[in-house]
Amino acid sequence: MFESLADLLVYRGLGLDPSSHVAAALHFFVMDVTKIFVMLVLVIYVMGLLRAFLSPERVRDYVRNRPDWQARGLAVTLGAVTPFCSCSSVPLFIGFVEAGIPLGVTFSFLIASPMINEVAAVILVGILGWKLAALYVAAGLLVAWFGGLIMQWFRPERWVEAYVWKIQMGQATLPERDNSLRGRNRYALAEVKEIVGRIWKWVLIGVGLGALFHGFVPESWVSENLASGNWYEVPSAVLLGIPLYSNATGIIPVAEAMLSKGVAIGTTLALMMSVAALSLPELLILRKVIKWQALALFVAVLAVAFVLVGWGFNAVTVSVLPG
Amino acid sequence: MKNIKVLGSGCRNCETTANLITMAANQAGVEIELEKVTDIAQIMAYGVMSTPGVVVDGQLVHAGGLPGPDLIRQWISQ
Repeated sequence: MFESLADLLVYRGLGLDPSSHVAAALHFFVMDVTKIFVMLVLVIYVMGLLRAFLSPERVRDYVRNRPDWQARGLAVTLGAVTPFCSCSSVPLFIGFVEAGIPLGVTFSFLIASPMINEVAAVILVGILGWKLAALYVAAGLLVAWFGGLIMQWFRPERWVEAYVWKIQMGQATLPERDNSLRGRNRYALAEVKEIVGRIWKWVLIGVGLGALFHGFVPESWVSENLASGNWYEVPSAVLLGIPLYSNATGIIPVAEAMLSKGVAIGTTLALMMSVAALSLPELLILRKVIKWQALALFVAVLAVAFVLVGWGFNAVTVSVLPG
Repeated sequence: MKNIKVLGSGCRNCETTANLITMAANQAGVEIELEKVTDIAQIMAYGVMSTPGVVVDGQLVHAGGLPGPDLIRQWISQ
């Protein structure tokens, strides 16, 4: 459906030659932009209707006073499905610390939240298929679990700013949410407006980059430089992703373009995770509660984890492919 | 006069929320005292972890995400 729309607009409407670079790029752009935005609106709306008004405040109450592994499991899964704006990083961090939740669990939450969200997962399914979506989510959950655990080993308590320990958090008595269908409908619509309003730029940029890559980068160049199976491709992808930031959804069209040109799955996954999970704005915000040593460690642990995931998936898919 | 506090440390949604509340109050012709609370210790004292939070006459009425226009109107007219 979206492909026919793109065909219509680009080949018939603009009269471009299908074999030209520009046409290929534009076609990709039109197809993906329409597909992604339609899916975004649908998915966010449905998720908004279904979501049992999960909030970081509720997560905090669920997670506190539980044995480590339980707390971590909850933090990771709930982090994956909770909506979370970077500006909430500081109060969230402090709130978790104040509740006595171990720092490692908090870090697990902070890793899972930006990287995995159900919206991106559904869009992944729509664009790249079930298997890849499941891989991304599974890899993300694993990294969040172990990432938090490893952070804990380094005893990051010593790097938390002193004032954090002194803050007393009040008990939030939030008003009862309106659970009627009308109330949920209103909430879901507000979610659509808010989230699309927040990420549409990232999606356009992501699709734009993907379109350029798809249209202008020749497959031979890709297979020589990005898909030749050299060990350093994955670390390069991760390093490239660290300074770049995109909302998890925005990076999907770029991944789509890369995969269609033959870039290995592991390398693509590593880039996706690196771009989505590590963002300079979020790190700067976290700097208000933890010292730079902890931030550096956080980036390092994640970078290593993504490289391992990338290598792992590359190795598995290579051995599984025939010939 | 109604006292409305917007809790948040300067992110875009917090600014927007404050503006929306001011506009709604002007439209309804209701006088309000709007305060922006950016100190993290004060924000947390209300039990808020996801900003923006909104407190009307000492009562927490909202936390997390942009409040809808109906909700804001409700606060102004209560």
